[in-house]
Amino acid sequence: MIFKISHAEFCNIKKGLLFISPWIIGMALFVGYPIVASIYYSFTDFSVLLPPVGIGFQNYSDLLKDDLFWKSLNNTLLYAAISLPLGLGLSLFLALFLNQPIKFRDGFRAVYFLPSLVPLIPLAILWQWIFNSRFGILNGILNPLLQPLQASAPNWLEDPMWTKPALVLTRLWGVGASMIIFLAALQEVPKELYESAEIDGVTHWRKFFNITLPLISPAIYFNLIVGIIASLQFFAVPFVMLGRGPADSSYFFTMYIYDAAFKYLRMGYASAMAWLMFILTLVLTILASRVSSRFVHYETDNL
Amino acid sequence: MLYALIILMFLSLAAIVAAFILLKHSDKPQIKKLANTLFLCGEAYLLFHVLHLIISIIQYGVSDFSVLLTVGEIYVLVQSFAEYTKRSRLRRKLIIAHAVVIIGSIAFLFPLIWMVSTALKLPGQAMSYPPKLIEFPMRFENFKTCLNYQGFQFNLYARNTLYLCILSVLGTILSSSLVAYGFSRIKWRGRDFCFYLTLATMMIPFPVYMIPLFRLFRLYNWVGTFKPLWIPAFFSSAFHVFLMRQFFMNIPHDLSEAAFMDGAGDFRIYWSVILPLAKPVLLVVGLFQFLNTWNDFLGPLIYLSDQKRYTLSLGLQFFQSQHGGTDWNLLMAASTLVIIPIVILFLCTQKTFLRGMTMSGLRGG
Repeated sequence: MIFKISHAEFCNIKKGLLFISPWIIGMALFVGYPIVASIYYSFTDFSVLLPPVGIGFQNYSDLLKDDLFWKSLNNTLLYAAISLPLGLGLSLFLALFLNQPIKFRDGFRAVYFLPSLVPLIPLAILWQWIFNSRFGILNGILNPLLQPLQASAPNWLEDPMWTKPALVLTRLWGVGASMIIFLAALQEVPKELYESAEIDGVTHWRKFFNITLPLISPAIYFNLIVGIIASLQFFAVPFVMLGRGPADSSYFFTMYIYDAAFKYLRMGYASAMAWLMFILTLVLTILASRVSSRFVHYETDNL
Repeated sequence: MLYALIILMFLSLAAIVAAFILLKHSDKPQIKKLANTLFLCGEAYLLFHVLHLIISIIQYGVSDFSVLLTVGEIYVLVQSFAEYTKRSRLRRKLIIAHAVVIIGSIAFLFPLIWMVSTALKLPGQAMSYPPKLIEFPMRFENFKTCLNYQGFQFNLYARNTLYLCILSVLGTILSSSLVAYGFSRIKWRGRDFCFYLTLATMMIPFPVYMIPLFRLFRLYNWVGTFKPLWIPAFFSSAFHVFLMRQFFMNIPHDLSEAAFMDGAGDFRIYWSVILPLAKPVLLVVGLFQFLNTWNDFLGPLIYLSDQKRYTLSLGLQFFQSQHGGTDWNLLMAASTLVIIPIVILFLCTQKTFLRGMTMSGLRGG
């Protein structure tokens, strides 16, 4: 096939490219180059100060033998596995209640949304203070309640068992963002569907599972994907709140990459890890899409 | 204190009874409204009192009296609720929704309230037991002290952060709108392919870029300066291009065609037709970028080493790593000061902001 580009079309391509020229430069410099370079680095021994030296697959084979790598991967996946369903559940629950015609609805919506805007560093410091085992308010409330049961509140930040639940709690405080997305999706559900269901005498649960859930499934899918990407890159909050945490229980994947790159100056090793993270993200996202393609319902196929 | 609670309990019972009587003997809408209000206030207080009783039973153990009182109150609460809502046709589901939403919102606001409360105490008061919400006199001077406390220079960091925010907001609005125009208002071969490529890059995690970019910026001698943190904004960002394209696509083509007839080129159309119409989405993108830059931690952590150039996030983290565990009141005061601009910004632009959120979410699937 021979491409015959008319003059007008050529002009359009020229104009189009002119307009997206910032994108082309940005794409080449800040996306394309780093991607190619980091694949390359992942096969080298590289410490910034000296030029990279190719070592084949050694970084990857070292990773498989690195206990800290497995620990951080395990922590990250565990955190994601707890926080994602809980976050989705809580945000959907709140959205369902805020979708009722309650008074001051906009005010309540703002109240629930506000914590998700709190910058991560003050957020981490605030929760570090709340979880403080001796002076923190959370144990200040819990301890007297647990006293008669002969139990005491957990040492949130010092007990390896409890650091992840603590981090999940801080995450749940920020569910406002996904709640807003659910709320918008709920408001698009046509009222007639509920009305006709009511005439047929359908129960609340049936209505929820047969009308609401299918119709807001694109929002669930969106929140799930965003959640997967974000929780695999979880960094600032555990970094500030706990550091590596007791028994490395809050040492997450991105923290290890950061340490490997900028503390131990093993840039090649860190690149290999970053690539594994990308592959992991990709696999999980594709898995989520596969599973949800059976359930997600699109009103119109306009994408 | 205890007597006050019990007197209030009887008052609330009286209010509920009064509501029943009013409802029975009058059909006037105003009186019915008054009865409903009385009833709801009574129920709300009973609910609170029951919770209080349950907590005190857990705390101090079981006594016959407290159990009797609790069971009795729960009985009254539930029975009167069922009976009254049936008679007055109040919607039960709605009342329960109100209760859940109110209790939840207290839980969501509490951490922020506790932050401000700690910020207004002396260090000893912050760590005293049992915890108190407010200690008098309130130490407003904490906010002044933390502005310049052992190397934490709030004003300097705020200026640095604002500088970065302004530059990157400006950069992303200019470049992303230009790119979005090229992706939506001009038809050219390969356009959609390029656009989907942009979307695909959003999936790549930051750690993949982190190391090569660090090396690149080191080659330019930009490490240690603000440049790595704002220059990339001038080359458009995938998410913002996506948001703007979405908006540009919905602007009617008649408008740009009319301008074209008048002899305007594409750049003129972009500048004087599309941009003025796209103000809402420009505002949304500007807000998102502002928040991102204000919140960014990993970027400044990697590129900034000189304390004079710290951003608020980085400075706060440094403050915490130096004096965490002792000066909680000052840390909380500093955190409050970092959060307040964001809260004010959100409250001023709530509508635009939430619309932008839903714009990104609904079509994102």
